[in-house]
Amino acid sequence: MTTFVLIESRDPFSSDQVAANCSLAGELAASGHTAVLYLVENGVFAARAGVQHTRLAEAASRGVQILVDDFSLRERGIGSAQLAPQMQTARLDAIIDHMLQGARVLWH
Amino acid sequence: MPDPDKTLTFLLMDPPFESARTATAFRLLDVAARRGLHVNVFAYEGAVALPFAAQKQHANSVHNRTIEEEQHPLPKDWVAAVMRTANAAGGQVEWVNCGLCVDERGVADAVAGVRRGSPADFWKMSSSSRNTLVIASR
Repeated sequence: MTTFVLIESRDPFSSDQVAANCSLAGELAASGHTAVLYLVENGVFAARAGVQHTRLAEAASRGVQILVDDFSLRERGIGSAQLAPQMQTARLDAIIDHMLQGARVLWH
Repeated sequence: MPDPDKTLTFLLMDPPFESARTATAFRLLDVAARRGLHVNVFAYEGAVALPFAAQKQHANSVHNRTIEEEQHPLPKDWVAAVMRTANAAGGQVEWVNCGLCVDERGVADAVAGVRRGSPADFWKMSSSSRNTLVIASR
């Protein structure tokens, strides 16, 4: 089993590729891998409660851990209380941790 | 020879002053540097201008601010800062600029600690690292 960390820096309203990455993360989790989706920069907009981006919720329901960059949230005035239930705030340390543990880390 | 298990390699491609990816990349480098890791950076394409020594702050006449008030951040200072941070923590940042990319852009005058190389250096860096992250341009 491999750990995959997909870093998503784009928001789903300007890039169709975000949905594809959510699907990829979901497929990886469904295949028995550990899949982490790290939302950063404008990628954090999709993490707000009430945003109708079903691929993100679908990925979470398939076992993908969704981490949301705290710095990017603060930059955009989004509080952790405004996030959807499946979202966990995180720091970039999480990416360095995963890199040191040998995860496959992909940036989008 | 740095311990490969404590070595991470990053490839950057974005030019300075253009993208939020640059700030995020430096945040990642800062985390790694503070941990005393050996950090390799291979700057490719526009990213070779990140350590360009001739970058200068400027005033903002539109907003009537002086140079001091504007406090315009310069990526060359970020490069030097992550190098200092890594050294203080017992690690090192090895920064290699793609030489042909440098020549194309005329940015050979880099801050101290930056050396010229080729994509073969990236392969060597990646081969001797625990992990590699490529932050590509769009």
